[in-house]
Amino acid sequence: MAKIKKKIKTIKVDLDKCNGCRACEVICSAFHANPKYSSNNPARSRIRMIRDPIRDVYVPVYAGEYTAAECMGRDKYVIDGKEYDECGFCRAACPSRDAFKEPDSGLPLKCDMCEDDPPREKPLCVEWCLNDALIYEEREEEVEEETKPEDVEIGLESMINKYGLQKVMDTVARISQKD
Amino acid sequence: MRYGETGFNLEIDLTKGNIERVETDPKDTELHLGGLGTNTKILWERVPPESDPFSPDIPLMFGPGLLCGTPAPGANRTIITAYSPQTLLMGYSMMGGFWAPELKFAGYDKVILRGKSPEMVYIWIHNDKVEIRDASHLKGKGAVETQETIKKELNEPNAQVAAIGLAGENRVYMASIEQGRSSASRLGLGAVMGDKGVKAIAVRGTKDINIAKPAEFYDLCNEVLKYIKYRNENPVPNVMTILQGLGSPQEMLHVDEKWHTENFMWGNARVRRKDFWNKEIEEKWKNTQLSVRKRLISCYNCPMKCGAIISVPGISTYMMKCFSKLTYAMAAFVEDLDFGFRIAQRATEYGVDGFSVPQVMAFAVELKEAGILTDADFAGCPTDNEGRFYWLLDRIVRREGIGDILADGTYWAAKKIGKGAEQFAHNNIKKHEQLPLKLGMLNPVYFLMYATGEKINITQIEGQFPQSPFMTMEEREEFVRDWIQVPDEKFKQYVLDWEPRGERSNPYYPTVDMSVDIVDWQEMIHYFDDALGVCAGLSSFPLKPPYHIHNYPKIISAATGIDMGEEDLKKVYRRNRNLLRAVNVRRGLRRADEVPPEDHWKKRFPELEAKLLDAYYKFKGWDNEGIPTKETLQELDLGYVAEDLEQRGIIKNG
Repeated sequence: MAKIKKKIKTIKVDLDKCNGCRACEVICSAFHANPKYSSNNPARSRIRMIRDPIRDVYVPVYAGEYTAAECMGRDKYVIDGKEYDECGFCRAACPSRDAFKEPDSGLPLKCDMCEDDPPREKPLCVEWCLNDALIYEEREEEVEEETKPEDVEIGLESMINKYGLQKVMDTVARISQKD
Repeated sequence: MRYGETGFNLEIDLTKGNIERVETDPKDTELHLGGLGTNTKILWERVPPESDPFSPDIPLMFGPGLLCGTPAPGANRTIITAYSPQTLLMGYSMMGGFWAPELKFAGYDKVILRGKSPEMVYIWIHNDKVEIRDASHLKGKGAVETQETIKKELNEPNAQVAAIGLAGENRVYMASIEQGRSSASRLGLGAVMGDKGVKAIAVRGTKDINIAKPAEFYDLCNEVLKYIKYRNENPVPNVMTILQGLGSPQEMLHVDEKWHTENFMWGNARVRRKDFWNKEIEEKWKNTQLSVRKRLISCYNCPMKCGAIISVPGISTYMMKCFSKLTYAMAAFVEDLDFGFRIAQRATEYGVDGFSVPQVMAFAVELKEAGILTDADFAGCPTDNEGRFYWLLDRIVRREGIGDILADGTYWAAKKIGKGAEQFAHNNIKKHEQLPLKLGMLNPVYFLMYATGEKINITQIEGQFPQSPFMTMEEREEFVRDWIQVPDEKFKQYVLDWEPRGERSNPYYPTVDMSVDIVDWQEMIHYFDDALGVCAGLSSFPLKPPYHIHNYPKIISAATGIDMGEEDLKKVYRRNRNLLRAVNVRRGLRRADEVPPEDHWKKRFPELEAKLLDAYYKFKGWDNEGIPTKETLQELDLGYVAEDLEQRGIIKNG
């Protein structure tokens, strides 16, 4: 298979350098307004400060994938004796919390690294973080070109794994006769 | 659609329990911007000047500045106003932090509290849902503890809470309103809040703030950020360390306190200890500070780090900024910084002003030593310096025994105590305690700021112009080279010609007229900041700040859509300045009140001082008593103010 180059975009988050100002939330929500910068509202931001000054908890988290169901359990990290929030490092827009959802519609939000035309040098949250708590890094990696199986194929494969090929074939045959 | 602002105020009548969302007049924004400007307008319109500061008529207003909630860096301040129980004049005190933008996102430009609640309550604002909630379980609780408790019981970790402690509940005249790392401390507005029966205001907002000219506004904000970065990398040379950078004094960062401990006065603003700082103390204080400081922190949307999370073993965590680490220790003559951090924790929970309260306690100690207060007044008080201060703090906040008298501040306490106590209340202007600073030679610019400032606090008036002349011409030339902030080129010449000694030095240089110019400039930027909610630390307070007269009009226009040039904005300043002066004039403020403490400078120049005041009043368009003339007011669209002052006989013969 052919090798292709893939751009890996990383934001390095240094919790020790964060001063908790939420400029990242401000500019993120402004950038994603339509038209651009026409409004701002940190509740729409795709980066969120999970922040509790009294416990010295300062964690900027980026919005990742939407998930329809919450996890069966939750995690809670303790690092150097400091307890962080439940799910305090998780990027998911999930039913267990209101982060990363549009406040009015409830639709999920996801960080797009400030995709723009022409492309930006770095995401705006990084540009607005003068304390260098957010540092943008970009590198290229050579990866095998993926031949992506179709969705139907993935689904069928998992059915076959579970029920065996014969049973799946029988079922498909029976359903097709009904039609 | 409204831009930069929401266009609505939240009016709460505490007596009736009535809550209303009231649309504001956009014309008022054009005339006064927001924050202090519109707060003053409302105070003028609604309150009879005869009202007692604790009258239910007085609205206690929480007014975020016009730019709060926009992406303008450092626009996060809430301007809180009422009448000060201490000065009896308009009291305005400000807090940074995160509360102001949260209120804007909830959909309001101000919270206006009227009347008095029969029971202690707190207000919960969550977008359109506003509740007056029972706060009986919070009675007596600390200000920090209250904020945390409310966030927990609402299950809203992102709510921002402004709360009072026991001092506010007990109407201590030096009570603050605390919020996160910030507080509105000066002039006793916490007492007014407590008197209204409001323990806290919690707010959470998830709505948009709109920008009129998005691309333009974004570019302007970026320029501000770039300049902050440039200034952080390029401190101003040839001035002392705390004046080199931006932000409020970087007291949480710096551990070298030689300057403050040797130049500010100890005790009740009395004793200068010129050889206090030594290697041993430096080492010890440094260790203390670094061990209790968990993180340097900022306010909303600001890259500076003027505050810190402070965790002293054995007591609960709190947040601190500015000088409070020194004020208690120095007033108590305690040479251990650990004491400073410990007592400040208790004081923050009680919710008191870290400038006035230490001086009041030192004043009490002086009165005891002078035999004016007696052993009976101090019955049960420990004899060591630390113990005595804790004891006094507890008495003041609870208004117990002598504490009840001291809780009104040095001016009123001295009057009540009598027996010559007045001489010990020596550090006041307009009945309010000032920085513990005593200097040699009168400085004409500072004289004017001290005497005439409506804020009644020097740190909130100064800035922009260097505090002292540069030693050499090379240094002066270097300073003025990239001084883009000057409203007029003449200010550069003032700096170039200003000498440390000789004819062109203090007190006769800057000349009277120059001094008036300089003060007017400094005031102007403060009035902008206080109407816009931008932190003085990025604007009016430091040398060479990112916000100034040349970019402010563009920023305001781009955010709000109000067409505004430099001259228009200057007019807004003069309008707000005069309206505030008129509020105070109606309360009785006159020339006789505009007097810095007698001992502030050793060498005084009564004739020069009179000339300075004359020239300042004239420049402002005021009469010789400091009252705005009818013409001045009319020119600033304040004809209705002139009329009122005329009817009251304050303005005479037109």
